Amino acid sequence: MKITEQEVRRVADLANLALRDDEVARMALDLDGILTHIDKLNELETSNVEPMAQVLFDAEETATLREDQERPTLTNAEAVGNAAVTSGGYYKVPRVIER
Amino acid sequence: MSSPLHELSIDSIRAGLLAKKFSAEELARQSLAFAETENPKTNAYLTLSPERALAAARAVDAKIAGGEDPGALAGVPIAVKDVIVTRGLRTTCGSKLLANYVPPYDATAVIRLEQAGGVIIGKTNCDEFAMGSSNENSAFGPVRNPVALDRVPGGSSGGSAAVVAQGTALVSLGSDTGGSIRQPASFCGISGVTPTYGRVSRYGLTAFASSLDHIGPFGKTTRDAARLLEVIAGHDKMDATSASAPVPGYTAALDGNVKGMKLGLPREYFDGLASETGDLVMAAVDALKKLGCEVRDIQLPHTPYAVAAYYIIATAEASANLARFDGVRYTTRSASAGTLSDMYRQTREEGFGDECKRRIMLGTYVLSAGYYDAYYLKAQKTRRLITQDFEQAFEQVDAILAPVSPFPAFKLGEKVKDPISMYLSDIYTITGSLAGIPCMSVPCGLTAQGLPVGLQILTRHFNETTMFRIADAYEKASN
Repeated sequence: MKITEQEVRRVADLANLALRDDEVARMALDLDGILTHIDKLNELETSNVEPMAQVLFDAEETATLREDQERPTLTNAEAVGNAAVTSGGYYKVPRVIER
Repeated sequence: MSSPLHELSIDSIRAGLLAKKFSAEELARQSLAFAETENPKTNAYLTLSPERALAAARAVDAKIAGGEDPGALAGVPIAVKDVIVTRGLRTTCGSKLLANYVPPYDATAVIRLEQAGGVIIGKTNCDEFAMGSSNENSAFGPVRNPVALDRVPGGSSGGSAAVVAQGTALVSLGSDTGGSIRQPASFCGISGVTPTYGRVSRYGLTAFASSLDHIGPFGKTTRDAARLLEVIAGHDKMDATSASAPVPGYTAALDGNVKGMKLGLPREYFDGLASETGDLVMAAVDALKKLGCEVRDIQLPHTPYAVAAYYIIATAEASANLARFDGVRYTTRSASAGTLSDMYRQTREEGFGDECKRRIMLGTYVLSAGYYDAYYLKAQKTRRLITQDFEQAFEQVDAILAPVSPFPAFKLGEKVKDPISMYLSDIYTITGSLAGIPCMSVPCGLTAQGLPVGLQILTRHFNETTMFRIADAYEKASN
């Protein structure tokens, strides 16, 4: 196995997913299969290859700059309109620290 | 009941409106009524938008009555994939998490098509957050292929392909990250286009893998798809990766003449192909030879590594992009939440479907401490090699011809248990996505069972015109 259930639990923790026990077992199997296929990349010699993070095109350095002018933004009601719980125009979340 | 759009095109709708043969409102009402009767068969629409459609149609009619130009897409019934946001119109991304999400803004592509007189009649079903190749990963049920209702329409833009094939919309918008426009287009027997990366603004497209995501058009014909792309393409200051190159008139170049064009056949793409699919693709290659194209063999030697590289890069980016769905700003929230941390975990556990969880997990794993070089960096280097394969090939040829999918539309449920074989079936579309080059699927015939097969055409960055000219000439010759 390339990945253990213990590792799956650690990764689920990083990803903020509360996986059930049956999901952990299934996930370990699925990820193992995918990671085994991914091993194929080790056949490639890539030490002198520049990584490609983005499909980039030539653009002027200032292409994404704009004048610093006021422009309309979302209203407060629009910005919080899709939140599950709000209060006084703010997003409301459960307590962060348990006492 | 047959489709009110059966014999229409973008150009003939415009001509019919200007000649007062019908009004945009009549056409919108007929299309909406037809969509309501047809949708229970396919589940292709998640939301119909009669109010928005009729308002847009009336505006077109008023412009014509006042002697104004009604726009390039005047009165055209258009469907939009539900990962593209529409102001005031529910946008679910095929996810339970966003079942009630009503966006406060429009995507740039949506603004542009409505400004051109397009009539949005509904939002289409898709795999959850565009992750899938069969449209079976939607939280709102699978889409059925209108060509054969026991089969999948392909994915992830299955709904957008199905509505054009069934004639409830004339054209539609989909999104493509690894083949999500081309593969459903091939399964449903229509044209589907993935433009150059950055050609269409991604503003308002819910991010899956930002370096790979594209918005692109579907049409019954290549000309309709090209016309829609003309309208939505072009620089947008709301998307920093949007390209500033001018947009040529794609449809003006469709003269049916492809004489002397050099086309490449990558041998690597014809191994492991279902034989009927291979025969139909090769018959299309022969037809293009008869039109005067020169066909030669080329090599894309890094093709066998594409799926591995793609599923590292796409899932790594997805794990970051989907972090925003946490129960605070947009989504439903788990009722069983104690602390903030519990709330995140439970909301995401209850809200995401299996495929999204699998990809979030894989992406988080490949980016986690100690694995970055072995996986993510290695995949980015492989992406460079695949892109260089294409650059070298395009020194010899104007375009590349290939299959889209190893097999035609399969039956619902047939492949859901085996995620890896589903991933591997994306092999022919993933390479073009990684390179960011324009690629499309054009129908090239039916199997003995009557299932459509697509021919894929790939060209250099920003050379959509050549791709459209080949597809259009082939279409005209085969009709």
